[in-house]
Amino acid sequence: MADIIAGVATSHVPAIGAAIDLGKTQEPYWQPLFKGYEASKKWIAAVEPDVVILVYNDHASAFSLEIIPTFALGCAAEFQPTDEGWGPRPVPAVKGDPELAWHIAQSVILDEFDLTIVNNMTVDHGLTVPLSLMFGQPKEWPCRVIPLAVNVVQYPPPTGNRCYNFGKAIRKAVESFDKDLKVVIFGTGGMSHQLQGPRAGLINREFDTRFLDNLTRDPQALARMQHVEYVREAGSEGIEMVMWLIMRGALDDDAKEIYRFYHVPASNTAVGHIILENPR
Amino acid sequence: MTLQQQFDDIPGTTLFDAQRSRQGYHLNMFCMSLMKAENRAAFKANEAGFLEQFPLTPAQRDAILKRDWNGMIALGGNIYFLAKLFSTDGLSFQHVAALMTGSTQPEYAQMMLNGGRCADGNRSKSEWQQRG
Repeated sequence: MADIIAGVATSHVPAIGAAIDLGKTQEPYWQPLFKGYEASKKWIAAVEPDVVILVYNDHASAFSLEIIPTFALGCAAEFQPTDEGWGPRPVPAVKGDPELAWHIAQSVILDEFDLTIVNNMTVDHGLTVPLSLMFGQPKEWPCRVIPLAVNVVQYPPPTGNRCYNFGKAIRKAVESFDKDLKVVIFGTGGMSHQLQGPRAGLINREFDTRFLDNLTRDPQALARMQHVEYVREAGSEGIEMVMWLIMRGALDDDAKEIYRFYHVPASNTAVGHIILENPR
Repeated sequence: MTLQQQFDDIPGTTLFDAQRSRQGYHLNMFCMSLMKAENRAAFKANEAGFLEQFPLTPAQRDAILKRDWNGMIALGGNIYFLAKLFSTDGLSFQHVAALMTGSTQPEYAQMMLNGGRCADGNRSKSEWQQRG
């Protein structure tokens, strides 16, 4: 049986990818941020997942305004990094897991989560920056990755509650797959940030801390939070945090927090990172 | 307050909703065209000429040519699409964020280093009006 053993949440700021790609991780601005991921890299190297289900959002890269899927699952064998306007990131191609991905698609659709199946797409910094933060700069990514893109650009994104319950359906799907696989699920984006308008630069450390606390204390309360509260309290782009609730929903109710890191700023953004493990 | 009023009450913030998406469709799709190197080159060589292939309103065309970022947002632009335009100009997210807030680059960068713009005092339009 395949098993989701842990969840990882992290911000996916593009400037972090640029800092890695340009060899700036030891510069004074970036050094504290990358130091915060050292323990996480060791943790995931020890866990050795077979597959990562990576929940992220596309930033007008693979999807423009022509097609806006609320949930899109990457079922291909390979995904190339997107050229986001300054050339693709120099990172390895992402190897998918078509068998498990198709199984998940079939299972969650029959569970009434009508996602979009994608056989051809590129993946942007939303997906590759979390991989770089957790795995560094290997020649090949050490595990297969199933991309799950969530619309958080066009209002309305799915509700937090929908995301939380979708996570539960994903877990059920994974657990009904009849191969022994260790799966880790990533929820990415956030934390508080606003990239547009006269209120750009908004950061809300109290909100972010409460959000991190409630991932273990009271995830149902997070699932009830309305979009308008995310935007008011965590900025227009802070609404991305609904994606963390897919990760949370896919774990046990009594999942344990084993690591947390919080840092301001990376460019315009509060970087939040947490690792939750299911009890064994 | 209705939900719309609650969103509208958040100061200095534009929600990319259905109405703005319809209004800004061609503006955003112009930006999307800049994902291709040959389009970036053609745009740089003749900005106004390149824009003729998109059915933009005169106000949208004007905002693009003047790089009026808040103007583009007000006319239906979305920041992740506008990113293709400012990347073509060689500008970063932080640079354009500073421009949209009316700060200089160093002031804005320092605000972020100091922990960012505090949520307190920035939740409702009445707070901004009181501040003047």
